[in-house]
Amino acid sequence: MNGVPRFLWLPAALAWLLVAVPVVGLLLRVDLSNFFALVTSDAALAALWLSLKTGLATMVCCLVLGGPLAIVLARSHLPGLPFIRSVVLLPLVLPPVVGGLTLLFLLGRTGPVGGFLYDEFGITVPFSTTAVVLAQTFVAMPFLVVSLEGSLRTAGERYEAVAATLGASPVTTLWRVTIPVVLPGLLSGSVLAFARALGEFGATITFAGSLQGTTRTLPLLIYLQSQDDIDGAVAMSLVLVVIAILVIVVTRTRDVR
Amino acid sequence: MSRLAADVGVVRGSFELDVSLTVEPGEVVALLGSNGAGKSTLLGALAGLYRPTRGEIVLGGRTLSSPSVAVPVHRRRVGLLSQQALLFPHLTALDNVAFGPRSTGGGRRAARETAQRWLDEVDAAALAGRRPAQLSGGQAQRVAIARALACDPELLLLDEPFAALDVDATPAIRSLLRRVVRATGVTTLVVTHDVLDAVVLADRIVVLDAGRVVETGTTTDVLTRPRSAFAARIAGLDLVPGRSSAEGLVTGEGTVVVGTHPEPVEQGEPAVALFAPASVSVFRDKPGGSPRTALPVRLAAMEPHGELVRLRAAPLDGGPGWVEGLAADVTPAAVAELGVEPGDDVWFAVKAAEVTVHPAGR
Repeated sequence: MNGVPRFLWLPAALAWLLVAVPVVGLLLRVDLSNFFALVTSDAALAALWLSLKTGLATMVCCLVLGGPLAIVLARSHLPGLPFIRSVVLLPLVLPPVVGGLTLLFLLGRTGPVGGFLYDEFGITVPFSTTAVVLAQTFVAMPFLVVSLEGSLRTAGERYEAVAATLGASPVTTLWRVTIPVVLPGLLSGSVLAFARALGEFGATITFAGSLQGTTRTLPLLIYLQSQDDIDGAVAMSLVLVVIAILVIVVTRTRDVR
Repeated sequence: MSRLAADVGVVRGSFELDVSLTVEPGEVVALLGSNGAGKSTLLGALAGLYRPTRGEIVLGGRTLSSPSVAVPVHRRRVGLLSQQALLFPHLTALDNVAFGPRSTGGGRRAARETAQRWLDEVDAAALAGRRPAQLSGGQAQRVAIARALACDPELLLLDEPFAALDVDATPAIRSLLRRVVRATGVTTLVVTHDVLDAVVLADRIVVLDAGRVVETGTTTDVLTRPRSAFAARIAGLDLVPGRSSAEGLVTGEGTVVVGTHPEPVEQGEPAVALFAPASVSVFRDKPGGSPRTALPVRLAAMEPHGELVRLRAAPLDGGPGWVEGLAADVTPAAVAELGVEPGDDVWFAVKAAEVTVHPAGR
């Protein structure tokens, strides 16, 4: 540790405090006597349940769609791969509200795809729980793809080449070698995507609205309550903080091992 | 046992490989060459990892590669063992070995039985339950050998299989590989830059330089009478064929060459004694002293060799023929002191500590 120049210590400490102090402030602000009642109100429980449900559904969508995408990005030799990869990363830098708007234009009743779905099948996507999952998948997918593609590139193709010389077909190799070898990256990527979905606000409120029990997830409820019932908002924020810390503990301990 | 006939060209960037090579059924051929000679590229083409730009690869009557055919890697039945064991990190040693039999359609139990048998064969039965992270380099390479052979390949490719091992671990793994390759009779191509690997494992040597075959011949011929510059540089060794004995080695007509056995070798087994020309002393009269081998020879030629002079031996009238080509590197001062010239009869002597005896041939 002797190698760290001394002038870096002050900004480093400030950076850490900038993250840590507000969280501690939140803890101090919590109304402990009413905490249990606040987080078990009907609205809170409905939001919590919806958040967990859509978060898990988002994680599954990310795995089923983002997993194959990561493998294609890491292993194929498609022309224009850098372009495809930049598009995947777009939701990381795009304001989520803009993401929600683009989904609304695409899948709204007057949009090109949404209009077709409504006219042919009578399906309306926006302002439904499906819309929540779509919005969350839009913002959370890059986390899984980036994490998994990194693991795939680190592992390299050596094990897959060995498996092929041992007579394993590409499909056998995928299930018995590639996926087990990158399993840690796959798990931490999934947990990160889940955590990102849990915190999603902008894309959800633009594309799915805020209907209790259907589209009002925990962050939406917190924002709504912070307008008039600050104690309730703080209590539910604490719930999210605890979940976030759990996620970090789970992914970090895996990385360290 | 399958015959390999390959006549391939591979272009990778500015590098061009153009090689014609056959390996007879059950034969072990060593592919020697400096870095960048194209050895690994050739193995890659045979294994199916690279598509040749021209030519044909035929193994046991099956065309693996031609302008119109490209059998995928997993259907070639070509095993590959490289420097790194590359055991699957998530599987135990036993499951690593069982991977091949299982992938090629064997049931779980049958695959495990095959794997157990191969672990026994490479003296690694005790390691069956261990993960690769718990194995030493030598142990991992044992398991990798078992894994490659458990698939019953028609062709076994060994890509510098000892290059990443500790010096101490190499002799044991090398003699193990020799034993199992001979026992299975699998057609084998071994890439190496170590002459000893070729001596111990191979029947025949093919020397590759800049993507072309520059020399081919039996191991003894190439190492004692190298014709290519590369072979001369890496070989340049004195090599005496015979059978292993308690003292070292006995030649066909009964001359004893005293030496050590770095690898376990049965008495009476075919073997070669190796020593460096610089460790040979030259005398006019039969030398005595510490345990050493003294060979009467006729001086055939003297040639400059760096700062030394290389003396070449020829057989005496009626003497054994294998002394032909033995070399001794001595200082110019020693040559002057000896006062010898080609045609003179002299003694080549070498100390026991300078001679190593290795299993070789059939």
